[in-house]
Parts: sequence; C-alpha cells; structure tokens
Amino acid sequence: MWQADIETMGRGAIRALQEERFQNAWKHIWDNAPAQRKLLLDAGVEQNGIRSLDDVHTLPFTDKKAFTKHYPFGLFAVPQGDVVRLHSTSGTTSKPSMGGYTAGDMQHWKDLVARFCAMAGVTKNDTAHIAFGFGMFTGGFGLNYGLEHMGVRVLPMGSGQTEKQLMMMRDMGSTVLVATPSYALYLSEAVREAGVKGDLKLRVGLFGGEGHTPEMAAQIEESLGIVATSNYGLCELGGPGLSGECLERGGMHIAEDHYWCEIIDPDTGKVLPEGETGELVVTPLTREALPLIRYRTKDITKLTYEPCACGRTHARMSPTLGRSDDMLIIRGVNVFPSQIESVLIRQEHIGPHYMLLVRREGVMDTLEVQVELTDGSVLESFQLLEKIRETIREQIRNILGLTVKVTLVAPQTVERFMGKARRIIDERGK
Amino acid sequence: MVIEQVSVFVENKKGALKDTLGILAEAGMDLRAISIADTSDFGILRMIVPDADATLELFKSKGVTASKTAVTGCKLPDEPGALHKVLSTLCEAGISVEYIYAFITRRNEDAYVILRVEDNVFAQYVLKSAGHTIMTPGDAAGL
Repeated sequence: MWQADIETMGRGAIRALQEERFQNAWKHIWDNAPAQRKLLLDAGVEQNGIRSLDDVHTLPFTDKKAFTKHYPFGLFAVPQGDVVRLHSTSGTTSKPSMGGYTAGDMQHWKDLVARFCAMAGVTKNDTAHIAFGFGMFTGGFGLNYGLEHMGVRVLPMGSGQTEKQLMMMRDMGSTVLVATPSYALYLSEAVREAGVKGDLKLRVGLFGGEGHTPEMAAQIEESLGIVATSNYGLCELGGPGLSGECLERGGMHIAEDHYWCEIIDPDTGKVLPEGETGELVVTPLTREALPLIRYRTKDITKLTYEPCACGRTHARMSPTLGRSDDMLIIRGVNVFPSQIESVLIRQEHIGPHYMLLVRREGVMDTLEVQVELTDGSVLESFQLLEKIRETIREQIRNILGLTVKVTLVAPQTVERFMGKARRIIDERGK
Repeated sequence: MVIEQVSVFVENKKGALKDTLGILAEAGMDLRAISIADTSDFGILRMIVPDADATLELFKSKGVTASKTAVTGCKLPDEPGALHKVLSTLCEAGISVEYIYAFITRRNEDAYVILRVEDNVFAQYVLKSAGHTIMTPGDAAGL
C-alpha cells in the first residue's frame, strides 16, 4: 500500500478526519471564493448554519453550468499567483471547465494517483506505458506524476501512432498499460493483428477517463494477457485519484480522506441510502485552488462501506454505469450505452466496436445498434447471420425491455477512438 | 470433387459492391462466376475464382469479412429441362439445396450450376449415379 496508515484507518478515524478537513474547506470557501459564497448566500445558506458533515445534504449542488458561468477562474479560491497548474475538460459542447492546482494540490494529486496504482499491484520495478493523451486532459499528466512519484519507469507515449506504440511497448518491456478502455481495446486488436502478444511483458492495465463494463475489461484482459483495473476522477475535482480498484476487484476505493461522497437520485436530488444506485456527488475536503460544495459528477454508481479483503477501509464505488449525460431515453426507457455494450461484448462472430444511432421515425424513437461482422465462417448461411442479429436483439430486449434494430456492418467501418469513445449518434430533433 | 467458392460480406450501401470488386480488379484477379444474395442491410457475394486460396487471403488482408466453402458444381447441357433433371435427382434422394446459381461459358456448349448442399460427397454420388457430370476444380480454373 502506498499510504497504509491512511488507507487502513478505522471508519471512526476516517470520519473524524473528514469532519476536521470539511471545517477547513467550508471556511476556505467562505473566506476566499467569492463566487461560491454568493451562490450559497443566494440559496439562503449561512456560514454558521452548517455544523458538520451531517448538514452537507442540505446544501445546494454545484454543477458543470457553474463552471461555464464562472469560466475561467470564477470558482477558484486562491490568487492566480498561487496556481501552478491548469487543466480543463474537452469542452466539446460549451466552454471547458477549468481545473486548477496549487503546489499543495499537486502533492496530494501525486499521492492519490500513486495510491491507486499501488492498489493495482504496480511497484517501482514496473515500466508504465502511458497511452493517455497529454495536454489539458488530466489523465496523461496525472498518471505520469503519480507513477514517477512511486519510482516507476514512465513512458509518456500519448495516444496515436499505433505501430510506434507497439514497438515501444515491446522494446521498452512495458509492464503497465495506462489508457482509456476504448483505446486499450483498439491497441489489443492491433497487438493481435501484428501477432506480437508473445513479445510483450504487459501485466497490469490502469484504465480510466471513461467507464467500461466488466465484460469489456475481461476482453482486454484476455487479448493482452493482463489484469485490467479501473480508476476514476474528474477534472473539476482534481483529476484521476478520486478512486481506484484494488486487486480484489470489488469496486474502486474512494480516497475518503480527500473526498466526501454522496449518492443522490438524479431526478429529485435526494440522498439515497448506502447500496442504492444513483448519481455520485462529491465535496472535496482538501483542495486549495478549487474547493467545491456537492459537485454533481453525472456519473451513475453505488457505494459500499463494507470492509474489503485487501485490508483497505475506504468506501468503494461500483464501476460507473455511465454518465447521466450519456443516458438515452428511448420510448421512455432509460438506456446506458454500457448496458448494450455488456451484451455485445460476449457475442461470437462480431468485433468489440459498436455505434448506437438514435432516430425519431414519426412519433417513435428507434435505436439502431451497428456491429462489425468479423467472422467469415458464418457467411454460408443467412439463417446463422439472422440468428446473430436475433440473439443480440433478444438479449438487449431482456435487459432493457426495448426492441432495437441490429445492423451488421463491415469490419473497420465503426469509428475507433484514441481518447474517450463517442458511441452515440442521436439524430432526434435534428 | 468439390469446387471452392469464396463468400464475401458486403454492406447494402452505395459503392460497397464496386469497392469489393475493386480489390480483385486492382490485384488483376479474375472471376468465373458470381452471385449475390441480399437482405435489406447487407448482401453476401459468392464467387468462383481461379485461385480461391489467393482470393481469400487477398480479401482478408484488406480487412474484408470473407470465407471459403466447398460447393458442388454440375456440368449440364444448355437446353430446356436440364436443370430440372438435376434438381429432381437431388430431390428424390432427399437432398436439400441451400442456394444455387448457374452460368454458361464461351468455351463449350455446356452450362454449369453451383449447388450448396450439406453433404457434397453424397450429393455428388447421387448425381453421378444418375448420369450427371460433376464439375472439377480443373473445369473451374479453365473456364
């Protein structure tokens, strides 16, 4: 363990530490973050009206819109001179959310990343191939700092240039692969095509930047011969390190000494009891540059505080089912792409890449699932081809209660992604 | 004596068939016979070529979903009722035909049918016993 004293702290001690840190964070916002203070005052909140973490559930949420409205630095709580690093979200739909770090935040960040890397079994004797994008995305630099901090040999590859990726992976003897799961899946295909699996020494995958299903992880594990672990974080909350998976694979341990987490019903905003599935809401406890109150992550997950066999006492969150932003409502049914992915990934005869097309025909929403037919041996029989489609259709209907159209397309025609995958094309209202 | 047929997955969209055949054209590879069966979304292009292995490898190297299958070829006179006789023979022996396509050639007066059946050995035995001529791989290559 990277910080065993903290990671195995008793539940009572964790709570005491959280209380103490929350008091500091609360005061920090009132004293130093005028825009956030105004948001609280406008919502009728008084500084001394909040006594402890038990009162947090009464506070208003902060969301992405606040970042857009106060772009670029309006939510910050330190003078610009104290900020040593800026990162941002991709901002495909609006102004990006700016995330900032003081020198102190950077120290915490390194430790939080090192924590989940150690949880996944990474040691200083490893060589880590980072195929996350470097740049404003927190992933590349975050993992780079954390791994280097542990003494791991780091290759800051970035994404792209597949042949060079494979060459370096082989020649440097990389043992750890850092990537988004969709890029890892793409690389595993490239490894298979190049027939170089036997030359690689990869043993651990650290996957983040987007969610993935256990089925997808299993496929990557099989094709690369590694143990695939997930980690989680958001630019607004300080990037990767919020949580990560240990080798028990029972969810991602949250760094509770730095983050206070709640699960809410995304529709009503009410806090849900332990074990129920809803949206993750996070109040960071130690961030200097950008403290926040109840940030809505849009990620759907659930929490457990049960002890973990690995010995860590920090709560665990399930792999995110998807972002509530990615959730499609089709004919009144809530659909997460991850649910469809879990069906597709276990089918024979087709490849792992897919695209979802949502359309409106008349008053009906339709969902088309495009998958690549990769196995030539089924071409002899239309019945077999029809059976592939019918099986997928039936299994999706079982999970979602929704009938979809399944289209077989030629290999290499579904788009591949280097960073976060965008697998939905919603043509409704266009 | 089976004939090897190459099957290729083709999406049902503009230019897809042209692009598929473009792969053969670029490699200077010849076609002896083709047949296409389609659904609303995709089709399966089946072809008889001089060198099935080389053609299959070519398609695979271009990332096209393709396969090779053994089919039965039957040579028959190019006259009314000839195909009916072939099918009657098979039918009497209880053999079902999955699909069929036919072609003629300039080299001689005969016609050829390609038959996809479950058991090529049995079908060919039945056809030969009834006096029909089975097409050889040599026939296919030399058409």
